[in-house]
Amino acid sequence: MFFDYEIIGGDFSNAGQASSSVKKVLKQLNVDPKVIKRVVVCLYEAEVNVVAHAFSGKIFVDIDTERIVMRLQDTGPGIPDIPMAMQMGYSTASAEVREMGFGAGMGLPNINNNADEFKINSIVGEGTNVEIVVYFDGESYERGR
Amino acid sequence: MLQNEVEFAFASDLMSDVLTIQSDGMMLLTGLANVQAVRTAEMSDVSCIVFVRNKKATPEMIELARENDTILIECPYSMFKTSGILFQQGLKPVF
Repeated sequence: MFFDYEIIGGDFSNAGQASSSVKKVLKQLNVDPKVIKRVVVCLYEAEVNVVAHAFSGKIFVDIDTERIVMRLQDTGPGIPDIPMAMQMGYSTASAEVREMGFGAGMGLPNINNNADEFKINSIVGEGTNVEIVVYFDGESYERGR
Repeated sequence: MLQNEVEFAFASDLMSDVLTIQSDGMMLLTGLANVQAVRTAEMSDVSCIVFVRNKKATPEMIELARENDTILIECPYSMFKTSGILFQQGLKPVF
């Protein structure tokens, strides 16, 4: 199953719509609620990142019987130092983003904690690509804890 | 929805913090009254949000909460007082 969604930079009132839609699909597929929560936390954090930092973005979701793959591609400023951005507490978010309850430098570490696979690459001045994979059995995740 | 029981409560204005909590059956106490608080509740399986410090839910927030069967409560007390009352009544901390 494939789904794709558009994200508009700065559009906070609609941030989370893709995550909400994916959550409904996974519920219908009877995926374990604990796994659904990990998926949507990853996707929501990633979605908020695009809204908070990029000009625009696209989300591509691919679901099969074993796993969900979520790719987020944005056009935006990019991330100059990814290891730094992955550190808990490091953030370049604006005051507006902080007022929305985000921008505390926790998003990327939280995605990393909830995903089975997490890849991020970025070109400064062009944009950022993120790929998140979560397996539905939850076993590989539990083993990694 | 009013028959739903919650065992835990978490108090924060930072939605990123809420998204790190793994507990089920949790109530959220927050002074952040915007759509993202309701979205965060949806993603975190939080069934009830208490808006403290007299913050009010907007029609947009109520509509989103209705879609997800999330209970919204407006409360005039401070976060500290609200937490204290709920703690005394037996709600547990998540950590």
